[in-house]
Amino acid sequence: MKSNRWTYIGLSAAVAVATFLVTMLLMNIGQRKQEARQSYLELARLTEDTVDPAEWGKNFPREFDGYKRTVDIQRTKYGGSEAFSKLDRDPRLRRIFAGYAFELDYREERGHAYSLKDQDETERLKQRPQTGACLQCHASIIPAYRKLGGGDVMKGFALVCPMPFAEARKLVSHPVACIDCHDPKTMAIRVTRPGFLNGIKAYKKSQGIDNYDPNTMATRQEMRSFVCGQCHVEYYLAKDTKLVAYPWAKGLKIDDIEAYYDETKFSDWKHVETGADVLKAQHPEFETWSQGIHARSGVACADCHMPYVRQGAVKISDHHVRSPLLNIERACLTCHPFPASEMKLRVETIQDRNAKLLARAEDALVALYEEVKAARAAGVGSEKLTEALALQRKAQFRTDFVNAENSMGFHAPQEAARILGEAIDYARQGQLAVRRAR
Amino acid sequence: MNQFLRLLPSLLAGVLFGVGFFTFHFAEGLSYFSNDPNACANCHIMREYLDSWQKSSHHTRAVCNDCHMPQHLASKLWTKADNGWNHSVKFTLQTFSDPIRIRSANAGRLRANCIRCHEELTSDIRVAPAHARPAELDCVHCHAGAGHGSRR
Repeated sequence: MKSNRWTYIGLSAAVAVATFLVTMLLMNIGQRKQEARQSYLELARLTEDTVDPAEWGKNFPREFDGYKRTVDIQRTKYGGSEAFSKLDRDPRLRRIFAGYAFELDYREERGHAYSLKDQDETERLKQRPQTGACLQCHASIIPAYRKLGGGDVMKGFALVCPMPFAEARKLVSHPVACIDCHDPKTMAIRVTRPGFLNGIKAYKKSQGIDNYDPNTMATRQEMRSFVCGQCHVEYYLAKDTKLVAYPWAKGLKIDDIEAYYDETKFSDWKHVETGADVLKAQHPEFETWSQGIHARSGVACADCHMPYVRQGAVKISDHHVRSPLLNIERACLTCHPFPASEMKLRVETIQDRNAKLLARAEDALVALYEEVKAARAAGVGSEKLTEALALQRKAQFRTDFVNAENSMGFHAPQEAARILGEAIDYARQGQLAVRRAR
Repeated sequence: MNQFLRLLPSLLAGVLFGVGFFTFHFAEGLSYFSNDPNACANCHIMREYLDSWQKSSHHTRAVCNDCHMPQHLASKLWTKADNGWNHSVKFTLQTFSDPIRIRSANAGRLRANCIRCHEELTSDIRVAPAHARPAELDCVHCHAGAGHGSRR
């Protein structure tokens, strides 16, 4: 009788627990079905003036959550998002940038969340006054351009660029934000930066396409690279207008860019050790990627840097923009059917080779500086060194192009090797030119 | 009161069966016994695989089950049960690695189905040289787009 009672109680409890679990499963299935509809609740009204990402986050919490994670600081073998000093890691750079602000402070970039803060704090800006041009990319600035230009973004852009940095800084409050890449009405990705719009228009014109407007003429897959190419590019500050400009009128290859600078007689500064008029490469990720196998295969920046991620039944682009080396499974394995360890090894093999070649190029540059200095000390005049200094300009731009580019050669390994090979050759040719002049 | 207590297990069991059947119905449980490719996308993860199958050369000739399931009824049901259990546990608890990969047992079933239709055509090349891979050549290593279209 007693055991019967326990069976009775145990059985009832077991059935109750089973019912509990089945109900949980039912709710779970219901939730996933709801998620799969990919609907969103418009809690905040977004307009062209909604700069604050937190407002966008009310409607798109998953994407916003990823965006906020760009504060993460994590290092990879050669890059990542920790602001270590590149000058300390590679002291040759102090000599390569002699006389230019980068000799003061040159660090690895941190995530998007820091883009404005890091610009405020760099010694380049504190010790050498800069203009409002920096803010085209370091801040979410389009509404400020529009306001200042009386509705015309291009006009506002032309007004803000020449301003002293401190004055322009008052116009903005957020680092790179949602509105820079998304249309607030439709959420479609779009490009907004005036420098990019002008640059890509000039580039397409060189290919015979007039009045190119990426927002209406580009495919969605192209746009998934263009949004990044708005800022991750080689640029210069035009001497007359002070505008941020992209040197693409002849093409995106380093040779095209160099030809453009040579033709417009542009140089960034006079090298202090040698007196050469030299160029500073910025961060030509977009240009380098465009020469690589991934671009050739139609892979966009976002495919690896913002790969699709599943959250329950929802699939979104990971807005935690970061090095694919920190997210190999999603970034690489969607296309490459190999273990993550294998992919990491492949990437680092490319990067190790590139780093070795880059070190050789820097050594060659420094050797050229020594040769020029020795010649000057021996009384060789500038007029005799013209050829050597022109070769320094070529070697220096090539070395810097690969060094400043944030993939340690990965975006286009063979192209990076070609550029570095040429850099070494030009630097050594420069040494021979000095010897001929003596 | 005594009467109620005596009925309690039956009541509870009734609730369990009711909720259970509803859950089964809500999750479209019966569809898993069919050949309908849409049933595979009930589990949301499979959506893009269903989509890419529609862009593949095979979509007019073969549905999911033609390639991914053994054709003998008993082994077909066993494979469905085995994968169904794995998929539902992993998806419900969200404990799977992304991107998903075919398990080797399933890859073997897949290859058997390639050969089932293309047996004569491939009889010469399937004679693997002695020094080649341990297993037979994997068809989809090269013909990745046969069942699931282009990657883009």
